[in-house]
Amino acid sequence: MALCGGADRGSHSMDKSITLPPDEIFRNLENAKRFAIDIGGSLTKLAYYSTVQHQVAKVRSFDHSAKETDGDPLYEISVQEEITARLHFIKFENAYIETCLDFIKDHLVNTETKVIKATGGGAHKFKDLIEKKLKLKVDKEDEMTCLIKGCNFVLKNIPHEAFVYAKHADSEFRFQNTHPDIFPYMLINIGSGVSIVKVEAEDKFERIGGSSIGGGTFWGLGALLTKTKRFDELLQLASKGQHTNVDMLVKDIYGGAYGSLGLTGDLIASSFGKSATTDKEFSKEDMAKSLLHMISNDIGQLACLYAKLHNLTRVYFGGFFIRGHPVTMHTITYSINFFTKGEVQALFLRHEGYLGAIGAFLKGAEEDNPNQYSWEENYAGSSGLMSVSPELNPVQRARSGTFDMLEMDRLERQLVNLPLLQDATSYIPDTVDLTEDALAREYWLYCFEEALDGVVKRAIASQKDQPEAVERAEKFRQKYRHKLQTLRHQPFAYGSLTVRSLLDTREHCLNEFNFPDPYSKIKQKENDMALKYYLKVVKSVEELSWEQRQFTLAKGLLAGNVFDWGAKAVSDVLESDPEFGFEQAKQQLQERPWLVDAYNQWIERLKGPPHKCALFFVDNSGIDIILGVFPFIRELLIRGTEVVLASNSGPALNDVTNSELQILTERIAAMDPVIHAALREDRLALVQNGSSSPCLDLSRLDKVLATVIRERGTDLVIIEGMGRAIHTNYYAMLSCESLKLAVIKNSWLAERLGGKIFSVVFKYEVPSKAQEQH
Amino acid sequence: MKLKCSSKPAFPWFGMDIGGSLVKLVYFEPKDITAEEEQEEVENLKSIRRYLTSNTAYGKTGVRDVHLELRNLTICGRTGNLHFIRFPTAAMHRFIQMGRDKHFSSLHTTLCATGGGAYKFENDFRTMADLELLKLDELDCLIQGLLYIDSVGFNGHPECYYFENPSDTQNCIKRPCCLDNLFPMLLVNIGSGVSILAVYAKDDYKRVTGSSLGGGTFLGLCCLLTGCETFEEALEMASKGDSTNVDKLVKDIYGGDYQRFGLQGSAVASSFGHMMSKEKRESISKEDLARATLVTITNNIGSIARMCAVNEKIERVVFVGNFLRINTVSTKLLAYAMDFWSKGQLRALFLEHEGYFGAVGAFLELLKSSDDA
Repeated sequence: MALCGGADRGSHSMDKSITLPPDEIFRNLENAKRFAIDIGGSLTKLAYYSTVQHQVAKVRSFDHSAKETDGDPLYEISVQEEITARLHFIKFENAYIETCLDFIKDHLVNTETKVIKATGGGAHKFKDLIEKKLKLKVDKEDEMTCLIKGCNFVLKNIPHEAFVYAKHADSEFRFQNTHPDIFPYMLINIGSGVSIVKVEAEDKFERIGGSSIGGGTFWGLGALLTKTKRFDELLQLASKGQHTNVDMLVKDIYGGAYGSLGLTGDLIASSFGKSATTDKEFSKEDMAKSLLHMISNDIGQLACLYAKLHNLTRVYFGGFFIRGHPVTMHTITYSINFFTKGEVQALFLRHEGYLGAIGAFLKGAEEDNPNQYSWEENYAGSSGLMSVSPELNPVQRARSGTFDMLEMDRLERQLVNLPLLQDATSYIPDTVDLTEDALAREYWLYCFEEALDGVVKRAIASQKDQPEAVERAEKFRQKYRHKLQTLRHQPFAYGSLTVRSLLDTREHCLNEFNFPDPYSKIKQKENDMALKYYLKVVKSVEELSWEQRQFTLAKGLLAGNVFDWGAKAVSDVLESDPEFGFEQAKQQLQERPWLVDAYNQWIERLKGPPHKCALFFVDNSGIDIILGVFPFIRELLIRGTEVVLASNSGPALNDVTNSELQILTERIAAMDPVIHAALREDRLALVQNGSSSPCLDLSRLDKVLATVIRERGTDLVIIEGMGRAIHTNYYAMLSCESLKLAVIKNSWLAERLGGKIFSVVFKYEVPSKAQEQH
Repeated sequence: MKLKCSSKPAFPWFGMDIGGSLVKLVYFEPKDITAEEEQEEVENLKSIRRYLTSNTAYGKTGVRDVHLELRNLTICGRTGNLHFIRFPTAAMHRFIQMGRDKHFSSLHTTLCATGGGAYKFENDFRTMADLELLKLDELDCLIQGLLYIDSVGFNGHPECYYFENPSDTQNCIKRPCCLDNLFPMLLVNIGSGVSILAVYAKDDYKRVTGSSLGGGTFLGLCCLLTGCETFEEALEMASKGDSTNVDKLVKDIYGGDYQRFGLQGSAVASSFGHMMSKEKRESISKEDLARATLVTITNNIGSIARMCAVNEKIERVVFVGNFLRINTVSTKLLAYAMDFWSKGQLRALFLEHEGYFGAVGAFLELLKSSDDA
């Protein structure tokens, strides 16, 4: 296919063969700096760093020294422009390189950048072209160093980066938890040859071995044997072939198994052994399959020998031989299982193709200290892992071969594990893996699609003053619907599919179209309303006996949690019946015994000595936080327990954000001497959790929060709400006492858990070690 | 090695190893036959002896390796010559038919057989030729046969050899040597496929691993790539070829050494890597392809063997199997690879009777089994 050739160099001169609008591919190019490029045998990966300007909703307290009137809102909401850092990675076929360079040249406004970091085998081939087109000096970086740097980066920053491939399982991909310590590991890069690298620390790695029998052998020898030129076509052939027609199996020699050695009859005794003794024609498919097995087994065997010698159990595979090809991932996995008898698992990476570009970029960006930040995959701007079955979604597959994108947002803070996790390595935030649970997946995808209209409406309503909001909201709808459709076909696209990832993807898409906080005004109104009842609630509680008081406080916490715009059933009620109040909510609650009911144990515990410090992950604004959480922690404070309220750093649904909570707390303190004193004496602390999700990943929390928790000797963790205590963390094991509280506001989920809508979960857990001590 | 045998089994004495590609047969020709014995010797026994000892080729594909014959061997009180014969496993049925035609079953001998074929063809021997096989484990036979031949030597010379100066192609010389301290050794048997054993004592060994990339792969790929038909033809072509026209070397990618990782420019980075290019595929010679196939398979075996030796902490690596027959390209390459990659820590050893140890081991069992009887 001809490239743009002599066509005009306008901004619309992109070759027609590029099917996506280029401005959707090379995004934010105007602010781009620090380019890096990794040119492989067939694909080019371009990386750049840009700043993204987007709107954020800010809240600010009014000056209360001025006279207050009843109609005034509690605080002021303003929309501000904020600039954040984002990493862009784009992958395309080498054939498009010239077209892409032209496009970049035309759109690159920033002239500060002088150098482009380059790596990969093709870097020298295109050096002159790049220098001529972009007027940037090409600075070559060592391929393996880039690869390792990139690998460290994705392993640290992208949850569910690594996966195990199981061809015949319900879900082909089994994603791995982010390990707090990624080292040591072994990376086996299968390019034209094979390199085996041991990585012990960020900058400590060593090539411990290799083999000349690699992807080039498959390709070269395969092309000779089958007269098939392209690598992909060879894999296609192989996937259709029968290796047993070409290979000599154990049963061809023994007539059956070689029992005394435990070698089964189907085992390959001699690759291509039949073609030496049989005088017949072999089919291309069969030879390609035999070759694939030969090479995969050989690499697997060497990998195992090296893993054993160096005592390594985490083995990642990459290189063009692997690159998401189900055929090779399967044969390599098979080989590793065979040779290690299951002791070592073959691991693959979602962003394997980007490692070199990421590494080259990081080399060039060292002065920005990219490793000091935490990064987050932006689901809105990333293509995700493509379909493995070409017949399943051919269009998607074809497009993915053309352009593929990964975007990563720099987070303003470093994220770390909750120090109170019993075992950080086995912690899985999500309760249900929708990648594996097809029924649940169907339901939730449907649910999110159903809710989409409402979200669009709300987004528009939140920006009534901006007429173009309608258009943006429509774009949001298209983008998110497209994501949902993609996930229907490829639930593994962004790692394990979970309710959390569906919610987060929606938040990312909303942000993408400048709807930073569609609930800001609703939250403001609810907070305002709830504050008016605060003293009344506190007073009525104070009049009760101790036992009654504890029960009322617990019930209040649960009732407050019924108010949740995130759950469809509730948002229906709230929108149709604004009078639905706190008392009514209490009546809606399930009578005891609750669906999960550890209330008696909790009360027994309360009769004992006070906790030293309670960490409370709060949920919604309004009634929940003000009339549910505050009276509850007030009691804890009176008992002599310090309280840390952890709230979201950024907005998500109607969840209370840290900045909102600061204002609310001030206002409550002004009314309530108990809260006032606690704040003054630092027995009540408000700390952000580092997240902007309606769910909670305890392995990615703000470092400051972790420090506070440790310093205060936290011995009780309270997690509230469906998002944080049911969809995530329901099974999380903590090293201290914990309360997980939620009202199930979704009838499907309630049914699944064996209850009805508005069932109550009151889970109180004491770690077994502590139990022994009692 | 001393063999215990109180009673002699009846002649003929055979040991057979039926592999994936080749059948290896050892035959003991008694040279101390008395006149009395000669008289008593039944006709078909005599004809077998004459047929085997007076020919060096049998049918179209059977060959006697005359140069390997062990002369004046005394076993179980009998003195004679041990003959080494091979033919393709594909001719197995013709061989069984011959056994039927010659009424082999009337000779009251036990046919000791090892290798996979002992199992695969057991029923054919029974139904076609009325012969019962004594089936023996191939690894047991391999080790016993190897130890025996090493102990009797090769007509007064050592059975074992190695290469002096393996890293210097000009001065690389084959040197005989004696295996004084045999154990532990890593035994790499390269037949159609590869088996790697760690041998600690006469009766103490384990199979460490195996590989499907062996002699069968070399020949199979050569047949497909060059249209050749025999191992000899394939090796002949390989000896004339240049693998660097086929393989991509480190210097082809990096312009020289890859210093960051201490890789020499002359090291192979990707076997058959040049063949990714259409132009190069069209201009390549069969000889180069044969050579590249041989080098690829050999280096791979060397690499796996070396890793096993390191993992098992064994310094002596003994290579056997018919892949090494008339194959100095591979033996020298293995010697070089062991020496270079281990920085002189490992030594590759070879044995003159390469592929026959299994058959010898089966033959020894014949003598032992009659002892039990």
